Amino acid sequence: MKEARSHARISEVPSELTTALLRELVTHLRQHRTQLREEWAQRITEAKLLTAMTKEEVFAEATSVYDNYVEALETGTFEALQAYARNLSERIIPRGVQTDEVVGIVLLLRDVLARSLFARYHADFEKLNRILDAYEPAANRIAITVAVGFVQERERTIREQQEAIRELSTPVLQVRERLLILPIIGVIDPQRARQLTEQLLRGIRTNRARVVVIDITGVAAMDSNVANHLVLTVEASRLLGATVIVTGLSPEIAQTLVNIGVDLTKMNTVGDLQGGIEEAERLLGYKVVPVVKADAVN
Amino acid sequence: MAVPILKQGPYLIASVQSALTDADLLELRNALVEKVGRFRSRGVIVDVTALDVMDSFASRTLRDIAHMIRLRGAETVIVGIQPEVAFTMVQLGLTLEGVATALDLEEGLAYLDRAAKTGGGETRSGGA
Repeated sequence: MKEARSHARISEVPSELTTALLRELVTHLRQHRTQLREEWAQRITEAKLLTAMTKEEVFAEATSVYDNYVEALETGTFEALQAYARNLSERIIPRGVQTDEVVGIVLLLRDVLARSLFARYHADFEKLNRILDAYEPAANRIAITVAVGFVQERERTIREQQEAIRELSTPVLQVRERLLILPIIGVIDPQRARQLTEQLLRGIRTNRARVVVIDITGVAAMDSNVANHLVLTVEASRLLGATVIVTGLSPEIAQTLVNIGVDLTKMNTVGDLQGGIEEAERLLGYKVVPVVKADAVN
Repeated sequence: MAVPILKQGPYLIASVQSALTDADLLELRNALVEKVGRFRSRGVIVDVTALDVMDSFASRTLRDIAHMIRLRGAETVIVGIQPEVAFTMVQLGLTLEGVATALDLEEGLAYLDRAAKTGGGETRSGGA
C-alpha cells in the first residue's frame, strides 16, 4: 500500500494496482456523473463562488470540468485538462473571476468526489484507504494544474497590458524647432523611468533639441528613487546640451520632494505646462505675438 | 594617440578620435591650455562624439580643462556626449559641473558665438 502511494506520487506511470483502482474509481464517477455534477454545481452556488456567471453557465462549465477531471484521472495525462484550464481562464478572467474562486471550485469538486467515495466504500475500510491512495495524488495534481493554468493565464494578461501601457505612455513630442515636450502620466516605476530617460535622451539627439519640457501634471506620486532618477535625467540632458524644464509638480509631490531631501537646485521648475513652454520659448529666443498686433506693427 | 587640435577662427577645436589613455588626456589638457594663449583663442570645443566610455578620470580632466581655460580667459564647450554615456556619467555622479555642454560641434560653435555676443558668458577674466 505504501508502495502504491509513493509510486503514484513520484512516477508518471502509476503501478498496476493503482491503475486498477483508478479504473474502478473512474467507472464509479461515470456512473454517478449526473448526481455528482449537480451536487457540485449546487455546492458552488451555496459557497457563492463564480457569482459573475449565470447558473446555466456554471452548470455547463461544471459539466466540462467534471468530464475533463474524470478523463485526467482515467488517462493520467494532464495536457487536455491543462489546455481546457487555459481556455476556461481565458473566457472567465475578463468577467472578473478571481483566483480564489477557481481554486475554490476545484477543491469543492475534490471534496464532493471524496465524499461520494466515502459513501460508497465506508463499509470496507481497507479498500477505501487504497482508493484514496490512488485518488488523492491525482486529484491534487488536477487541482494544481487548474490553479496554475488560471494564474499563468492571468499573469500573461497582465504582462500584455503592462507592455501596452508602456508603449502608449512615453511619447517624446516636438512642439517647435529645438523644443521637446515629454508629458508623463500615471505611475512611474523604475523600469518606466529608465525607458523614459532613454527615449528622452535619444529624442534630444535626433531632434537636436535645446530645451525639453517634462510635464508631470499626470503623476500622482513620486518616491525618492524616481525623484533621483528625474534629477539624473535632467543632468544627463544637460550633458547633451539641452536645458530641462520640469512643470506641473503637484503640491503633494513638491512636499514629498522637499521632505525626502532631493536636491532640486539643478532642476528648473515652472508651475504649469503653459508657463514651461513660454519659458522654453524665451530660452530659444521665440516670441509669440498675436496676429492683429503683429499686423499693426508692420 | 594624440588628439588633433584645429584652429578655426577665434576658436580651438579638439576632436577626440578614439579612446584615450590617462596620459593622452593629460597631454590634451596641456596642449589646449598652452595653445589657447598662443593663438589668442576666445573659445575651445572638445568633441567627444567618438567616445563610448567616459570614466571618472576623463570626466575630471575635462572639467579641469574647462576651468583652466576659463582662467586663461576663454570659454570651453564639451560637445557630442552620447546619450548612453551621458546617463552612465550622471549615475556615477560625473556631472561636469560648471562646464558648458552642447549637442554637437555645430551647436558648440553656436554657443560660443552667443557667448561672445553677450560678452563671454560667465568668464571674462581678462584677455589671454
